[in-house]
Amino acid sequence: MLVLNAILVVFLIVCAIAVEHIKDLLGAIIIFASYSLIMAVLWLLLMAPDIALTEAAIGAGATTLLFLAVISRTGRMEK
Amino acid sequence: MNDLIVKVITKMLFPFVLVYGFYVILHGHLSPGGGFSGGAIIGGGFVLFTLSYGLEKAEKMLPHRLLKFVESGGLIWYMLIGMVGIIGGGWFLTNREAGFWMGTTYKLFSSGMILWITFAIGMKVASTMISLFRLLIEEEQSHD
Repeated sequence: MLVLNAILVVFLIVCAIAVEHIKDLLGAIIIFASYSLIMAVLWLLLMAPDIALTEAAIGAGATTLLFLAVISRTGRMEK
Repeated sequence: MNDLIVKVITKMLFPFVLVYGFYVILHGHLSPGGGFSGGAIIGGGFVLFTLSYGLEKAEKMLPHRLLKFVESGGLIWYMLIGMVGIIGGGWFLTNREAGFWMGTTYKLFSSGMILWITFAIGMKVASTMISLFRLLIEEEQSHD
């Protein structure tokens, strides 16, 4: 369980750095959704299933949809 | 978007998403979850329907007038249930001391007013999410 926890935390940090560095905003949104998914699994490992459910619904669902609606109205690439 | 696979998968998945959302809302006092999480799941299901079938069909299925009614009704329902605590001789949202009907422990109808309040919160969150997303999509379509 400790190994799984360590792998997830490392992947979380990689995702957080990649979101900040990538130029394509659509790719950034997809990486951010995967960040939310890993965060939900981590909440579940920390024995907070209530927060995990909310994180999976809001972070991976609602935030991604709102960001997608915003970049469909503006540009896809970062200037 | 006009894709057959997306439409068929959405038609198969949509009822299960709604049932799961209502399950999370109604069992908020017994298991993880509650009004906010379940309302977000129901809202996500309707957003999926809007994305795959287009705005006109979604508007026909769940009109904006009904959405406004549900959104305000959830808030008014929450306040009315909370007022029962004041009428029963306590503060706002006083549960058992105000003489609210408690039901059987560990069954669905237990823990007094929490079930009804959670239902109101779920309806409010779901309708707010749907109308927020439709507002963004509508403005985008009128822009083009």
